Amino acid sequence: MDIATQLFEGQLICLGPIDHEKDAEIESKWTHDPDYLRMLSPKPARPLSPAMVKKKYEAVEKEMDESHNTFYFTIRMRGDDRLVGFIKIYWVEWTHGNGFVELGIGDPNDRGHGYGSEALRLILRYSFAELNLFRLSAMVPEYNPAALHLFTKAGFVEEVRRRQALQRDGRYWDAIHLGLLREEWEEKVKGE
Amino acid sequence: MNVNLFQGEQVRLGMLNPEILAKAFSRWDRDSEYVRLLDGGAGRMFSAKIIQSWIEKDLEKDLGLDFFFGIHAQENDHLLGFISLFGVDWNHGNTWVGIGLGEREYWGKGYGTDAMKVILRYAFTELNLHRVTLGVFEYNPRAIRSYEKAGFVHEGRVRQELLKDGQRWDVLEMGILREEWEKRYASLN
Repeated sequence: MDIATQLFEGQLICLGPIDHEKDAEIESKWTHDPDYLRMLSPKPARPLSPAMVKKKYEAVEKEMDESHNTFYFTIRMRGDDRLVGFIKIYWVEWTHGNGFVELGIGDPNDRGHGYGSEALRLILRYSFAELNLFRLSAMVPEYNPAALHLFTKAGFVEEVRRRQALQRDGRYWDAIHLGLLREEWEEKVKGE
Repeated sequence: MNVNLFQGEQVRLGMLNPEILAKAFSRWDRDSEYVRLLDGGAGRMFSAKIIQSWIEKDLEKDLGLDFFFGIHAQENDHLLGFISLFGVDWNHGNTWVGIGLGEREYWGKGYGTDAMKVILRYAFTELNLHRVTLGVFEYNPRAIRSYEKAGFVHEGRVRQELLKDGQRWDVLEMGILREEWEKRYASLN
């Protein structure tokens, strides 16, 4: 890896900006799948219209521009630039060098192809080798084993288990806080 | 209904006018040890004037996601700190709690633990929540001890989350479930 290494390009996918013209229609469709929303967020699931998604994009870019502690990317296919998901680093505390990571692959047909792992690989390198963060956190609900697997494979370890912090489908679930230190990431990529 | 929800053994919870609270907050924030025990962010100082405007704005919003109280010593009614439930997840029954004792002469005497007991009773019997969550810094053993005494259980540590004085520190997370609270305090209610 050197200065010419493309930080935002993987084998299958790449990280790109929001396309305000086209993306909102696609993401609006994703939000009509309650599973997608519930895997991502503890907030009550509700579908968003394309106009609501557009507003969200504007808020995201305003936040990125003004707060300097959010880094939001769309995940797109290499070649045709088709939108498949998003990934973001947020709640960065520069004083301590920590932050959170979250990602989603919107269409169920796009899951299980390695797009998420590749996006995560790119964002980890970006976080540790470009933002120079010291550690990253990820919050995952107990009922999302795919996400747990994804983060664990990337080197994250479980740090906190917030017992019964989530209630869905008539039962309680733990909220799991995972963490990855820069030194652990460095060790891991050395071996790859 | 024969329990005063806002009353503990040593403290009572109350609410004063924004200008009084703002003056106290502005003064407390000049004590860097207090600030470092309370918050991971670097200490900053704001005037009572602007803090007052923030409090007033918060009161106007009142989305039902935050429940803020002043902590008063029963013996003299002095305002010695604050305690607050914030970020209430109504759909899951979870909330965060934060507490700060700005008046140092009340440290280490059980006022904080008592205030925490009062707010737990409020969270479980008035808000009817399922659990209460908090984060506390590794370098604050007095607070950790107090939370253990109030019934919080250790749920993990966010490793090396903070950098202070050239050293990395963990953030401990603790939680208490309704059933644990009920068992512990059944005899008191």
